[in-house]
Amino acid sequence: MRVGLEVDGKARTADDVEVGESLLFLLRERLGLPGSKNACEQGECGSCTVYLDDEAVCACLVAAGQADGRRVVTVAGLSGDDGLHPVQQAFLDAGAVQCGFCTPGLVVAVHDLLRRTPDPGDAEIREALAGNLCRCTGYEKIFDAVRAAAR
Amino acid sequence: MTTVAPPAAPAVTRTPDGVGEAARRPDGIAKVRGDFAFSSDLRHDRMVWGATVRSPHVHARIVTVEVDEALAMPGVRAVLTAVDVPGVNRFGLEQRDQPVLADDVVRYAGEPVAVVAADDPETARRAVERVRVTYEPLPALTDPEIALSGDGPPLHEGGNLVRHLRIRRGAPRAGAAVVVTGEYEVGMQDQAFLGPESCLALPAADGGVELHCSTQWLHVDQEQLAACLALPPDRVRLTLAGVGGAFGGREDLSVQAHACLLALRTGRPARMVYGREESFVGHVHRHPARMRYEHGADADGRLLYVKADILLDGGAYASTSHAVAGNAGCFAVGPYEVPSVEIDCRAVYTNNPPCGAMRGFGAVQVCFGYESQMDKLAAAVGIDPVEVRLRNAVATGSMMATGQRIEGPAPVAELLRRVEEMPLPPSLPASGGADVRLLPGGVANTTHGEGVRRGVGYGVSVKNICKSGGYDDFGTARVRVGVAGDEIVASVHTAAAEVGQGLVTVQAQIVRTELEIPSVVVLPADTAVGDAGTSSASRQTWMSGGAVRQACVAVRGRLLDRAATALAEPVTGLRLAGGRIVSDRSGQSVDLRDLLAVEDVDETAVFRHRTTEPLDPETGQGDAHVAYAFAAHRAVVDVDVELGLVRVVEVACAQDVGKAINPPAVEGQMHGGIAQGVGLAVMEEIKVRDGRILNPSFTDYLIPTTMDMPSTRLDILELPRADSPYGLTGVGEPPLLSAPAAIAAAIRAATGREVPRIPVTPDALTS
Repeated sequence: MRVGLEVDGKARTADDVEVGESLLFLLRERLGLPGSKNACEQGECGSCTVYLDDEAVCACLVAAGQADGRRVVTVAGLSGDDGLHPVQQAFLDAGAVQCGFCTPGLVVAVHDLLRRTPDPGDAEIREALAGNLCRCTGYEKIFDAVRAAAR
Repeated sequence: MTTVAPPAAPAVTRTPDGVGEAARRPDGIAKVRGDFAFSSDLRHDRMVWGATVRSPHVHARIVTVEVDEALAMPGVRAVLTAVDVPGVNRFGLEQRDQPVLADDVVRYAGEPVAVVAADDPETARRAVERVRVTYEPLPALTDPEIALSGDGPPLHEGGNLVRHLRIRRGAPRAGAAVVVTGEYEVGMQDQAFLGPESCLALPAADGGVELHCSTQWLHVDQEQLAACLALPPDRVRLTLAGVGGAFGGREDLSVQAHACLLALRTGRPARMVYGREESFVGHVHRHPARMRYEHGADADGRLLYVKADILLDGGAYASTSHAVAGNAGCFAVGPYEVPSVEIDCRAVYTNNPPCGAMRGFGAVQVCFGYESQMDKLAAAVGIDPVEVRLRNAVATGSMMATGQRIEGPAPVAELLRRVEEMPLPPSLPASGGADVRLLPGGVANTTHGEGVRRGVGYGVSVKNICKSGGYDDFGTARVRVGVAGDEIVASVHTAAAEVGQGLVTVQAQIVRTELEIPSVVVLPADTAVGDAGTSSASRQTWMSGGAVRQACVAVRGRLLDRAATALAEPVTGLRLAGGRIVSDRSGQSVDLRDLLAVEDVDETAVFRHRTTEPLDPETGQGDAHVAYAFAAHRAVVDVDVELGLVRVVEVACAQDVGKAINPPAVEGQMHGGIAQGVGLAVMEEIKVRDGRILNPSFTDYLIPTTMDMPSTRLDILELPRADSPYGLTGVGEPPLLSAPAAIAAAIRAATGREVPRIPVTPDALTS
């Protein structure tokens, strides 16, 4: 099947998409946009978090066909040409990036959290990010980044 | 004998983004934008996709492998089996005992038997299903005790004992007023790095191969691959691709040889990416351990002897079992003065998943054992758990179980006091009504505080830094200084693996400090430069940092020589100062740009730490270790004693790092190490039944989330070493070592139960 969608503001099309393919596969392998990461492909780790229209989702759990005619924003779409998004900057400033594999998904998840809750408390931060695994940081500096970006 | 005398720790002057500063990661911007290329992101025109045929049996003889049906599928480009391995069909870090593709026998469930290449991943997956392998099942050996007894089938020539380390020191035990014994067990933990095993192999014009992969040690991969591929090492060129975490799990080869074989056979770039389930099967794990301890002490709790019997299940292949057993044995009594020791540590082959390196490397398992014993001893003597540790703690000059004197800082007592003195987290409200998210069971809303008991526990630990036992351990670095435009730029080139720990940052920091050049480029790590050794054993900042520093010293010498000529003055009295070389004698100076106008300065240096010796095979005595690092943990837990649910409330860690080259990166290592310790204590275990992994997914193998991670308190000591660059000590492993022991102790304090096994499950606390 042919899937047409908008990714980070640009119209994209992919042909010969299989029924069982995920949006993550479509983005990474068919469109060559590896910004969303492939850690578990089971919706457990959040590394592939993107916006589908305005909802943050795990791209691995969305069938590619479901994205037809819709708008996807990945981590790459959050920063403009004029520099980094404040959430991205906060991750850098706080030292919240180590290996960085979880970072793209976490940046989108934090972006989504702050959009909904501009000044989250610690418990809200923990709850909102519970679907994003990080194996390097122990999360402490990610929490620092969220608090810094909220300011 | 010291091969290269490292300079003694000097006073380091502050340089912007230099040593000791919170310099930013050079790869940080790409990582937050999603632009950073991890190994699973690599692609190439005309590439083929590789996939692996794996054994469903834990132990079986291979009768036939039929590939014709798979090979006939449209889009399939190659199907390779053991006969297609051109070189030696064996690899391994310590013993080359593991087949690239199983030839005769499979020894664990999931062992690779064949690899396929196809035009797309789906076709590759289908082709895997069409490879017909006929097996003749053999008796499976999945109990390490039976493997040790010799009653099971021998899995390798020479039997099933990989190593037996005996350590004997002091007079036989006698006259102990207090004796405590215990049996302890540690489950199989997984590194669970997020970036899956993956690589891209490109056939090269000279008949060789160029491999872009995530690994912890490019040169040891190169050496093993060259032998398997029957190529000279210079025709197997490796470049480090972005590494999504490692923690020891990338020391062994996984996809590398398979992708190279497929690239060489098809003449096309070959890409391999494991899914999560395959990743759990495709790399080695932390050795599960069974430990028997006997501690004897006087009436005041001072240790007289320790007897320890440790059995590690190494699984089907040796990997690093020899060295892991070495560490578990060497550190079996912990950071304590013990006049008499009798330690036997054995690692055995079984048909379980192969085990190898994971952060902490044998020292984690025994720490749970010896610290559990120290708590038991405190209770038997009737003193405080911290006090019993203080009475026995090693200090500089103390003797370890191996007879080696501790030469560097050994602030065990101070680390313990520091965690003890930190304020405790607030208690739960006595009247109930706590935020349920802060209670055991959390948002599952299983309790409102009834049946919840709080406990506090302590642990201290010791770990060797760098490679031990006489290993010729070194690091190589090349530093080049030149002019680009109007700016002086330094570049650093090493083969050292950045696995997330921040090595790329500290390499640049060292150059800025040594040469006062703000603009530093860290080149991609590859095998075009000399060996850096492994990014493990908490050694890479010490070793590659030392090499970078030495290369900088050589570059500075060359610049001073040029300045001496230009200024017609002797070198002595000249010094580098902010982009110029200044003569204190005459006040003359020359701009570095002028000195570099004709030709760059380029120097390569090799750094070695002091040499060590192997342990005596009979007594286990010897100066086997370069250096020791220490950490102390205090854990606070809440346990729902009715449901067996544990919430780790807080973990405090005090650690001596010698010198924090990059303080936020040190904190990051400490937070991350604590998180893996929390995981091992209460949730992380690869469940293996009859040799098969039951939970190879992030749905079923649980690593701590934001809801599971406690708040942390850190205290970083900087007691400089005399023998390392800037006085530093390795920082990667200590934050993990005693965290599980402290958490287990806290659970004991909360419940009054023995807690002889980690991870602690609800069943274990309620049955």
